Amino acid sequence: MTADEIKRRLVTHLAKIASDVDVGAIDEHADLRDELDIDSLDFLRFMKAIKEDLGVAVPEEDYAKVRSLAGAAAYVAAKMA
Amino acid sequence: MAEILLPSLGSDMEGATLVAFRRAPGDRVARGDIVAEVETDKGILDVEAYEAGVLERFVAEPGQRVRVGEPIALLRVDGEVASGAAPVVPEPTATPSAGAPVAPASATPAAVAAVAAVEQEREPPRASPLARRRAHELDVDLTTLQGTGRHGTISVEDVERAAAARSSAEAAQAPAAPAPAAKAAEPPEADARARMRRVIAATMERSKREIPHFYLSSTLDLEPALTWLEARNRAASVEERVLPAALFVKAVARAARAIPEANARWTGERVELVGDVHVAMAISLRGGGLVAPAVHHVDRLSLAELMASLGDVASRARGGRLRASEMTDGTIAVTSLGDRGVESVLPIVFPPQVAMIGFGKVVQRPWVVDGAVVPRRVVTVTLAADHRVLDGHRGGLFLEALEAYLTKPEDP
Repeated sequence: MTADEIKRRLVTHLAKIASDVDVGAIDEHADLRDELDIDSLDFLRFMKAIKEDLGVAVPEEDYAKVRSLAGAAAYVAAKMA
Repeated sequence: MAEILLPSLGSDMEGATLVAFRRAPGDRVARGDIVAEVETDKGILDVEAYEAGVLERFVAEPGQRVRVGEPIALLRVDGEVASGAAPVVPEPTATPSAGAPVAPASATPAAVAAVAAVEQEREPPRASPLARRRAHELDVDLTTLQGTGRHGTISVEDVERAAAARSSAEAAQAPAAPAPAAKAAEPPEADARARMRRVIAATMERSKREIPHFYLSSTLDLEPALTWLEARNRAASVEERVLPAALFVKAVARAARAIPEANARWTGERVELVGDVHVAMAISLRGGGLVAPAVHHVDRLSLAELMASLGDVASRARGGRLRASEMTDGTIAVTSLGDRGVESVLPIVFPPQVAMIGFGKVVQRPWVVDGAVVPRRVVTVTLAADHRVLDGHRGGLFLEALEAYLTKPEDP
């Protein structure tokens, strides 16, 4: 799976979690909590979606690496490589 | 035979269109099960059964317009023998017979409100002068409410609860507030937000005016709880992970059991303890505004069950799919602004509840343990309480109990 495809999948999941926000317009390097106004419950939903869809379980100690869209995409791509 | 009625969340809801039934005739339903979906002017609303039994038959069809208080289905309640004869369904505009449904004491407020709407055709509602004035201010139809005061008198709390529930439903159904340039193009949503803001303003104003608040704060050492939680989560799948928020909510519910005055209401003359512990969760809506849906029987839920409930309620709150009972059943409330970096929260009690607990951000601080200064993760917890019901001493015991339960989150 290409990096772009991973990012598209992540955006799709984020769009479901923050359905009232234009996820396509966010700064992909910014903290998702600020960009999408999501809380810890929403973030856990995002982690569940990554696991279910892409098969990557992000441990809690790695949460800091997936706080942004770009970070999450890079992390997932590295785990899938 | 009991009727499942179209509930009301406010005076401006005159009726709804039945979208679909979620259950079929012959199905067994438990109290609280969703039986149907209806579409109101403000969005979709789930209609719940307020008694357990077997769904006998439908008396309305999908696509049909139904008025508030009218039946949509008939329920054969437990213990009742199925009748071969078709049950008599009262005409929507007819005066109810002596056999008109009476909501059980445990019925959801929405169901009670709906039943009340039918019963009120027989006699005018009993309400305090202040409640009447507040109902006028908030545009709440008293005939749709059932009072919780003495002899069923409608109180100001009943009125404001109905208004808050109506506005919460409206706001939850409305999309996020549009960008400033687009605001003029979406007046209905903006109007819903404005109405919600007015209800929040009225409720908070009255709470601060009438409830003699007092506040007690403690900064609690979370290190043992978080260490336990991290070990638990490392061994669990992503789906089974538990957030610190679940520990907070669970500890509040257990403390409410230990200090029952925190899970009570003030009737105007005396303290009335509430048996069940339903924790209302303050959830901010992304476009602005606030809802506080209740998670039921938190004291009886395992952490895994509570996590599932929290995720479900938060998701539905933001998606505008809360149930009527969730909007009105809270007996004690929790708010947390830790995700937004706030270190301590001084909440305003939401009447008729008498306590709200605010959790701040978990931060690392120097802490003295066994005579040595060590880094520990701590959280500041604040109890906001109604001094008519709780005294400082009992409030202190509540925080003590909360700390004890947070220290041992693994206990059931």
